[in-house]
Amino acid sequence: MMAPAVILLLGWMLVPLTMTLYFSFKKFLPLRGGDLGWVGFDNYVRFVSSSAFWPSVQATLVIVGGVLAITVVLGVLLAILLNQPMWGRGIVRILVIAPFFVMPTVSALVWKNMFMDPVNGLLAHVWRAFGAEPLVWLTEASTQSIILIVSWQWLPFATLILLTAIQSLDSEQLEAAEMDGAPPVKRFAYITLPHLSRAITVVVLIQTIFLLSIFAEIFVTTQGAFGTKTLTYLIFQRVLESQNIGLGSAGGVYAIILANIVAVFLMRIVGKNLDA
Amino acid sequence: MFANYALGAATAMSLIAAGSASAETITIATVNNGDMIRMQGMTGDFTAKTGHEVEWVTLEENVLRQRVTTDITTKGGQFDIMTIGMYETPIWGRNGWLLPLDDLPAEYDAGDILPAMRGGLSVDGTLYAAPFYGESSMIMYRADLMEQAGLEMPEAPTWDFVAEAARAMTDKDNGIYGICLRGKAGWGENMAFLTATANAFGARWFDENWQAQFDQPEWKETLEFYVNLMNDAGPPGASNNGFNENLSLFQQGKCGMWIDATVAASFVTDPEDSTVADKVGFALAPDTGKGKRGNWLWAWALGIPAGTQKADAAKEFIQWATSKEYIELVAEKDGWANVPPGARSSLYENPNYKDIPFARMTLESIQSADPTNPTVDPVPYVGVQFAAIPEFAGIAGQVGQEFAAALAGQQSVDEALEKAQALTTDEMEAAGY
Repeated sequence: MMAPAVILLLGWMLVPLTMTLYFSFKKFLPLRGGDLGWVGFDNYVRFVSSSAFWPSVQATLVIVGGVLAITVVLGVLLAILLNQPMWGRGIVRILVIAPFFVMPTVSALVWKNMFMDPVNGLLAHVWRAFGAEPLVWLTEASTQSIILIVSWQWLPFATLILLTAIQSLDSEQLEAAEMDGAPPVKRFAYITLPHLSRAITVVVLIQTIFLLSIFAEIFVTTQGAFGTKTLTYLIFQRVLESQNIGLGSAGGVYAIILANIVAVFLMRIVGKNLDA
Repeated sequence: MFANYALGAATAMSLIAAGSASAETITIATVNNGDMIRMQGMTGDFTAKTGHEVEWVTLEENVLRQRVTTDITTKGGQFDIMTIGMYETPIWGRNGWLLPLDDLPAEYDAGDILPAMRGGLSVDGTLYAAPFYGESSMIMYRADLMEQAGLEMPEAPTWDFVAEAARAMTDKDNGIYGICLRGKAGWGENMAFLTATANAFGARWFDENWQAQFDQPEWKETLEFYVNLMNDAGPPGASNNGFNENLSLFQQGKCGMWIDATVAASFVTDPEDSTVADKVGFALAPDTGKGKRGNWLWAWALGIPAGTQKADAAKEFIQWATSKEYIELVAEKDGWANVPPGARSSLYENPNYKDIPFARMTLESIQSADPTNPTVDPVPYVGVQFAAIPEFAGIAGQVGQEFAAALAGQQSVDEALEKAQALTTDEMEAAGY
């Protein structure tokens, strides 16, 4: 009974993967006559020896790491806050989750034009109100800006997962700790945080998978300039701007390898939590 | 009354005639620009004339480029007509991917197509796509600020004058910046502007042996001039500004000058969108006295992919959409300001069109750009603000990032040029030049 599903899944994943591998060993230039024959590992060597390669790997890891740090820390805080009984809690919860429904391109445009614009942006007005020279966000703090935009989008996801987890926390345990005289910080560190560890693992794993291929926000805001060119963006440039399918495919294979390294790394460190 | 009946009968007859001959349904890929959307609204007229039905695939510019390029390189055959530009046409025509359009009937008057447009859409003298509309770039400036600064804009200014005027108009405390220019990285963004500007400074992308020229003094002069000018008189964050960002700054009255596409003239003079609509003047893009002006040339054109089964119907459509009758049809329905500009000389002789304030300057700008001979020194490529070779988009995308970083002050002009030279040389070697 398993066979059809397995075949479908294998086909679904193996066909694109095999084609990527196949093209990565070819000189394939659609605008120069298409398939120009086998070239062995030339594409792989060229992709790695390009001056853009290591900076792009670094940019990818910095952005993924930055977004993870922000969303997990703020997500835990928001989840705890949203769990408190307060007036209008339902509306606040919906508001917190709202950014998740905004398309990445739209949110990147809104941030770029309405908040970060150095002439008309909201932040520039705030800066000027305090007598400061407005920050040119996307050039002076380009990576940080992108981390900020992406974090804004992913914070709701983290908050939602963590809020669900926190709701399953046994309140009697907290009350008992409180009666024993444990201060709030210790209650958080020894009861709440361990309870959330599995949820945090899920957030980190799922977000990492999606964030490694982050593209739209960069395309809309900096076009890969000012050190924000990620591995995905570099592959996009090789395949679509340069119309070099072979070189881009080799980059795709590298991206798969990188994703697997990161995944193994994560599983070793945080994935243990999932066994419990 | 009788005339109406006769007209109706004639239309019906021609419909039947065309229908019985070979009524086809053709599929057209196009860009979501205002003029193209308007053309879709007029399709009924074409169907009434020929009996052919039209299906539209309307896409945003970048997506359109990717879709049609993929379709033509894989011989997908999804489209019978593609909307392509001056960059694609010479490359595709040379590869034999487009049907030549050299057998159009006399009444179409192919000789009426502006020579600059014809040159940019031809390979060795054969036309491969018919221009639907064309544009160049020019200076749009604030006449009131110019007057305040005590200067007068000549019709054909030099770069030195433009720089002087820009610095004089700048009043950063009040949010007025003397000049707004493209800085956003991208081969169709900052590199379109800078390549055209470089032409005026005597620089070029490649010499006749396809050697990259970024190590030459002309490029250094171009880039230094641009970066200094933008630092002194440009808006903050200029390295993130493309066409749309500058348009909005200009419409808000924050720019003294803006050098960009002629098509923007109708947006900055439209009182509904622009706070400075009645204060805008126009001038030719600046030069440096070396014989070339820094203005570009672009056309959105209609071409027929070589593999289509419906070549005849496709050709009929192109004849209709790029004809003089089409221009009159639009003028009748939507007014003369909304006809597709820049493709035919007869439009600029039309007394109804001459009254439009930016018509003459648009024509002069288009005429002063020569895609087959774009630079001071000879070059082996066609194209004013690009080199029409398949590798260009990829290379210029990366060079654009280096130049944007130089504008943002993250690296020196020398560093940017050095990197540009190295990566261009690498890519050209890899491509087999």
